[in-house]
Amino acid sequence: MAGTWIFVEQRDGNIRKVTYEMLSEAKKFGDEVAAVVFGKGVEALAPEFAKYGADKVYVVEDDVFANYNTGAYVAQMVAMINEFKPNAVLFAHTFNGRDFGSRLAQKLQLGLATDAIAVELSAGKGLFTRAIYAGKALAKVEVAGEPVLGTIRPGVCEVGDVSGAGAVVKPAVAATAADVYQTVKSFVPTVSARPELTEADVVVSGGRGCKGPDGIKLVEQLADLLGAAVGGSRASIDSGWLGHELQVGQTGKVVNPNLYVAAGISGAIQHLAGMSSSKFIAAINTDTEAPIFNVSDFGVVADLFKVIPTLVSELKK
Amino acid sequence: MKVLVCVKQTFDTEAKIELKDGKIADAGINLIINPYDEVAVEGAIQLKEKGVAKEIVVVAAGSDKAMDAIRTALAMGADRGVLVQQDTAADEFARAVALADAIKAENPDIVLAGHVAADDGSSQVPTRVAEILGFPHINVITSIEVAGGKATCSSEADGGTQVTEVSLPAVISSQVSWNEPRYPSMKGIMAAKKKPVATVAAAAADNKVKIVEFSMPPAKAAGIKIEDEPEVCATKLAEWMKNTVKVELK
Ligand SMILES: Cc1cc2nc3c(=O)[nH]c(=O)nc-3n(C[C@H](O)[C@H](O)[C@H](O)COP(=O)(O)OP(=O)(O)OC[C@H]3O[C@@H](n4cnc5c(N)ncnc54)[C@H](O)[C@@H]3O)c2cc1C
Ligand SMILES: Nc1ncnc2c1ncn2[C@@H]1O[C@H](COP(=O)(O)O)[C@@H](O)[C@H]1O
Repeated sequence: MAGTWIFVEQRDGNIRKVTYEMLSEAKKFGDEVAAVVFGKGVEALAPEFAKYGADKVYVVEDDVFANYNTGAYVAQMVAMINEFKPNAVLFAHTFNGRDFGSRLAQKLQLGLATDAIAVELSAGKGLFTRAIYAGKALAKVEVAGEPVLGTIRPGVCEVGDVSGAGAVVKPAVAATAADVYQTVKSFVPTVSARPELTEADVVVSGGRGCKGPDGIKLVEQLADLLGAAVGGSRASIDSGWLGHELQVGQTGKVVNPNLYVAAGISGAIQHLAGMSSSKFIAAINTDTEAPIFNVSDFGVVADLFKVIPTLVSELKK
Repeated sequence: MKVLVCVKQTFDTEAKIELKDGKIADAGINLIINPYDEVAVEGAIQLKEKGVAKEIVVVAAGSDKAMDAIRTALAMGADRGVLVQQDTAADEFARAVALADAIKAENPDIVLAGHVAADDGSSQVPTRVAEILGFPHINVITSIEVAGGKATCSSEADGGTQVTEVSLPAVISSQVSWNEPRYPSMKGIMAAKKKPVATVAAAAADNKVKIVEFSMPPAKAAGIKIEDEPEVCATKLAEWMKNTVKVELK
């Protein structure tokens, strides 16, 4: 048993940032770090993983892996685990990553720690810290197994200045079309020039205090100046001002940006669940009692309709 | 067609979490049906209203308290319930084993669930259940069409919307934006009291994940709060963003 494997999340060759975060993090455990990438035409990506710490890159290319599908990916991973015996396999806690991890863990009759915000690996054992009850408590859990399996929340590990040899290994293709049991009919990317919520360095969110599309426009204007993703509270999503995929909170997305700006958001416990672990939090709210101020690093008690335009021009100075 | 819905009893999302003797204190906590599971129940009822589903069975694994989650689903419109008696300390693996065992006995065409439980949820149970039963699965759905022995669902994936088709029987887990769950009517609540709920023992399975310790998140240091004219507030906020956060402008 040796090596920490990081499953690469990519779509059409676009790698999710969390992959690099996990590669850098894995380097801390002293064990060999390998990136594992399945797809079509993905061998060209190998040097990318070396830059972030991969000593090895397992590349598996076949038509059956062109897009993520649970059946073929699990069959391939099981064969590789049996052949190479990694100590741990980590996935991103994303739509595909948790799906892959869960089905693989059950197939191998193993435990899996999901949505971890911290990880420590040693031989045959993983200690994972999970935020539970919407971040109101933490649970440290131990997963034993060969391999140790876990999914890591995007944005919690730092991309480090580490590199690895990135030696390419090409395991045999062990999955066929017969392993596929889900037909992906279409994938329609969300059209947005802005970064994705869970990957963005800065998130600017608007709540009911935006009062309508005009207020949301101000939020968007500030977001675009900062190269930020736009998010919202449930109130602004339910009002139809923003798409559901932009909801931040317990029943929305969990974000971990460097800066989170909450404009016209009261800071209900369910909203805090999705953003309170951001590195810096700024709040703009007319109500000095708003609970968002309890978690903010910089709060201004003022009207967002007056603050944001001045803020935009001041930032540009 | 028989639709089965997995419902978990969870803490109210407003609940204040405290530790007692190193464990999460549950005394006095208001319990609710997991919000995602409520959406799954509503989805099942809508399938019945469309004539796709004939019977809706709800299954919960847990202590006797989980009966409330079953009754809520029955009051919304599900037909009958199964309570799988299991220690609430069962992990995702043990719960999936117990649920799959109970589900197998029901032989449903569609198994609905929430994609994550709002308490210590792991986003694992539905997918694990599917693996045990040898069913395909689709997670985080926002719509479903059932026809010709197949289910076609839209899912909220990272960075876009994915449409996936699977053959039935299948396990399908919900996203909250799928629908708006109905409130149980007075009539529904009365009717629920008479609907049958079977109690079965959980299939034996040992936990795979061990909880080493619970703790509270570190308290956040108090921040700066400014009450002044909006222009002054904006100027100071801009300075903080530039000097402390060191934002980069596009
Ligand atoms: C099971 C469950 C799950 C939930 N999940 C989520 C979730 O994932 N995400 C989420 O966000 N919510 C969630 N909620 C809802 C949550 O409880 C709150 O209702 C919601 O977050 C409120 O949104 P808000 O802060 O925009 O609105 P409000 O609470 O109405 O706050 C609006 C704020 O705007 C301020 N304001 C008004 N005018 C101005 C102005 N001109 N300038 C500046 N400030 C102004 C007000 O002072 C107020 O604080 C959930 C609730 C439940 C029960
Ligand atoms: N004890 C349980 N009883 C019934 N359903 C459950 C139970 N635990 C999990 N589930 C189902 O699995 C979903 C995801 O839970 P989890 O994987 O724990 O986040 C929930 O929304 C439920 O539908």
